[in-house]
Amino acid sequence: MSAPTDRKYLETHEWHQAAGDTVTIGITQFAADELTDITFVQLPKVGAKVEANKRFGEIESVKATSDLYSGVSGAVTAVNGALSDNPGLVNKDPYGEAWMIRVKISDAKEMEKLLGVEEYLKRAGK
Amino acid sequence: MLKRTPFYEFHVGAGAKLVDFAGWEMPLLYRSIVEEHEQTRKSGSLFDVSHMGRLAFSGREAQAFLNRVLTRNVSEQVVGQSKYSLVCNESGGILDDVIVSRDVKNWMMVCNASNRAKLVKYFGEVRRSTGLDFDMADNTEASGMVALQGPKVIDRLSEVLPIDLRAIKRYHFEAANAVFFKMTVFRSGYTGEDGVEVVLPAKMAGMAIKMLAGAGTKEDSTIKPAGLGARDTLRMEAAMPLYGHELNETSDPLSAGLGWAVDLTKDFVGAVALREIQQGGLKRKLVGLELEGKRIARQGTAVKIDEKTVGEVSSGTLSPTLGKSIAMAYVDANHAAEGTQLMADLKGMNNPAKIVKLPFYKRAK
Repeated sequence: MSAPTDRKYLETHEWHQAAGDTVTIGITQFAADELTDITFVQLPKVGAKVEANKRFGEIESVKATSDLYSGVSGAVTAVNGALSDNPGLVNKDPYGEAWMIRVKISDAKEMEKLLGVEEYLKRAGK
Repeated sequence: MLKRTPFYEFHVGAGAKLVDFAGWEMPLLYRSIVEEHEQTRKSGSLFDVSHMGRLAFSGREAQAFLNRVLTRNVSEQVVGQSKYSLVCNESGGILDDVIVSRDVKNWMMVCNASNRAKLVKYFGEVRRSTGLDFDMADNTEASGMVALQGPKVIDRLSEVLPIDLRAIKRYHFEAANAVFFKMTVFRSGYTGEDGVEVVLPAKMAGMAIKMLAGAGTKEDSTIKPAGLGARDTLRMEAAMPLYGHELNETSDPLSAGLGWAVDLTKDFVGAVALREIQQGGLKRKLVGLELEGKRIARQGTAVKIDEKTVGEVSSGTLSPTLGKSIAMAYVDANHAAEGTQLMADLKGMNNPAKIVKLPFYKRAK
């Protein structure tokens, strides 16, 4: 298994990609594969606050329901509306089209605390 | 250590995602649960169901024994016929649901993998306590079993099997002699589609699967492998109960809507209790629910009316065929009428759910 090297991860399988003070969050291919066919993604609204290591949403598949966690704190600036009509996108393109939220972060240091790709893959057991 | 079925090599070769199911290393999926579900509804799928228990009963009093432990009257069964039945405890609770088939010299029973050890022990106890004269054999690990299901299965298999599948009636079976081995072909299944279930010697599994499914890996294969994930969503659409969900030792066949598989005119273990349940009127019933939205009500979800809990979900999924969130639930009998508006409590959020007629899906005949 592999995962993009240009982002940081939580052990709970969310990826975080920074561009300036905005961080885009999604879930990894490993998580999407484990969940199997995704049927529903619940995301916060633009303007909502998210907190590091707290739940920001929920994802459901044919098989299971799981919480989504953010590795950073800040305000949600964008939400991927495509996922409400087509949650299966998460299975197809979790690192691209199926990004979930964008967060304007308040503390850039939080990104540094997240896992690098090698450490994430090691902890994911792959 | 997980047990492996004779088709283990096939699963690995076909890229299956394997999971522990009742102590067996089984394919959850090969490609995607939804894709495998749709493949079954429109063409055909092959499921490894070798983990299910295969018991055989023979001897002078095998029939009397079966009539004692089963809710169905097996005396009415003719050679070559299979019947769905329940095994109950004295209080009418369900120990397992099984399919029993009558052959010339013996009876075959297919039971749930998770209940096999329990049943074997229980049947042994019944034999000791009643003194009935019969032999019981557990053929599970010496054999393999595959289910081939879907609208194109019968025609496709008729090209490769030496028997006329079209002539086997639903819930009947026939022996088929392939070049190197003998198999038994049952016209039954657990998907709501037409199809067969085939039992064959474990040693012949590799050869048999090639014959039955072809390579099964081509884009346009008529029959492709499907895993337990699709098997579960398929059986839910067809409203077929699953042990551990709709059925358990504290649920009874009448409340589960399986009265058609219970013969209260004969004596069997649980008959007295079930007659009482019947006479007293059912307290709860298994119903179908259609939820608003796309959220899934999973097993254990409370079902409410005016904030009062009146039932509990036993199984739920997002139906790939209907595109709707469906569930089965046990609901208080006085709130179980079709059309009743209920709420499913999804983590504190009330999600509207309406009682609908079962099954959710019925194939075109």
